[in-house]
Amino acid sequence: MTRSFGSERLREYGTYALGFAGLFGVWHAMTVLFPSVLFPTPTAVVAKAVELARTGVLWENLGVSLGRIFAGFLVGVGIGVPVGLVMGNFRFMRRLLEPFTEFLRFIPSVAMITVAVIWFGIGESSKVFLIAYTTVFIVIIATAAGVMSIHVDKIRAARTLGASPAQLFLFVSLPAAMPGILTGLRVAMGNSFTTIVAAEMVAADSGLGTMLWHGRLFMLIDQIFVSLLVLGIVGFSADRLFRVAIRYFGGKYSAIA
Amino acid sequence: MNGSTAFVSFENVTKTFKAISGVDYEAVRDLSLDIGEHEFFCLLGPTGCGKTTVLNMLAGFEEPSVGTIKVAGARVKGTGPERAVVFQSHDSLYPWLTAIENVEFGLRMKGVPKAERRERAVRYLKLVGLGGQENKHPNELSGGMKQRIQIARVLANNPKMLLMDEPFAALDAQTRVLMQQELRRIWLREKLCVLFITHDIDEALTLATRIGVMRAGPASAVKGVIDVNLGEQRDRTQQDFVDHYRRVYEMIKEEVLRAHE
Repeated sequence: MTRSFGSERLREYGTYALGFAGLFGVWHAMTVLFPSVLFPTPTAVVAKAVELARTGVLWENLGVSLGRIFAGFLVGVGIGVPVGLVMGNFRFMRRLLEPFTEFLRFIPSVAMITVAVIWFGIGESSKVFLIAYTTVFIVIIATAAGVMSIHVDKIRAARTLGASPAQLFLFVSLPAAMPGILTGLRVAMGNSFTTIVAAEMVAADSGLGTMLWHGRLFMLIDQIFVSLLVLGIVGFSADRLFRVAIRYFGGKYSAIA
Repeated sequence: MNGSTAFVSFENVTKTFKAISGVDYEAVRDLSLDIGEHEFFCLLGPTGCGKTTVLNMLAGFEEPSVGTIKVAGARVKGTGPERAVVFQSHDSLYPWLTAIENVEFGLRMKGVPKAERRERAVRYLKLVGLGGQENKHPNELSGGMKQRIQIARVLANNPKMLLMDEPFAALDAQTRVLMQQELRRIWLREKLCVLFITHDIDEALTLATRIGVMRAGPASAVKGVIDVNLGEQRDRTQQDFVDHYRRVYEMIKEEVLRAHE
């Protein structure tokens, strides 16, 4: 415990930086070992990224994709957390709703693209629907599991300390389930990236998936790799945010963070 | 009963658990027991003798199958803030709250203004020897300190009685002795009604005004009650302590053997 908090942070970020440098190093080495016009070097991809950023194309597509993910994720979480809380708290509701969640979660969102386009067209709403769809079941299951894993003594303690049922729910069940909920959100966010790219490749006129698809159509190899690189970076950043949140809610010393 | 009227009374209480297998389990049968308002009552018994069931019924977590439990003349129905519980495991603490926020919890539920509950929480944290640890999270504190938070948390809520379910069982031997001394000191000051569950004769003799020895389960009840006449300062090495120990041991010996049959 002699090491200060600050230098621990520095070590953490330093190690990450080293890891990323290694990733780019391996990439570069591969392009040297297997030189091909179909496999651009990191420098070429970064140069292309800078160019796309300057013209605004990158920001526009990134913004569109993130907007869709954000909206769909919000809808999915908005439905998933309350439903999960109800399912975790009441066995009756769990039995009633499990056929829905257990049936639908095995139909991949990618398979739902066709239905989404038929129902909502190729506009924004079909993408929002798909992200919400891919988010909601994971969030429901993780939230319900989070509630069910609350130690009975936490509930009993609150009752003997005079908490009303509403207070019990708000001040004990919800925060105690929070690490579970956030873990669900974290997994759902990963799925959202998969879904948005697939949906935009098939049925959209903007977004990172479309950028990727156009790269394929017009043989813009660099642009394909820029899309992939950006997806990786944005996904990694989103995941970091969830880890920080999980740590904050008592998961500080647990394995999940 | 030391002459005073009963504050807590169990009247012919039986508790049967319905099992999924269809074979019901009778944990407690026809248990009657009175505890005075300023008594520290230890319920002593071998493992699986239904001690915790007795406490859970008084706390309001479980309902008696037969018989009634009364506190201050009123029948126990569900949980109530006048009957505070200190649990064996620190899983009952809230890891997302700091030590002081855990202690404030009950007051916050009651809507006590922030400044007032802070002041009370600080006072009780000091009382249990956790002054200066207010802003630490439970996970940053040792097992003994976590049990101190639990004790401060219930005392701050101003209960009429404490129900303690082997609160020191999970602690190491040295910490346990220290915690027993602290609890003794706090009890001598507050003189609350306490029901303390333990399987440790030594612990019971250090803390209790009376000890109820339970029979081995199933269908357990109180076998006998022993008055502890050891004065305020108790010393395990003194002759009268040893004499008491022998009396309790004689009573519990065969129950322990039966529990392991």
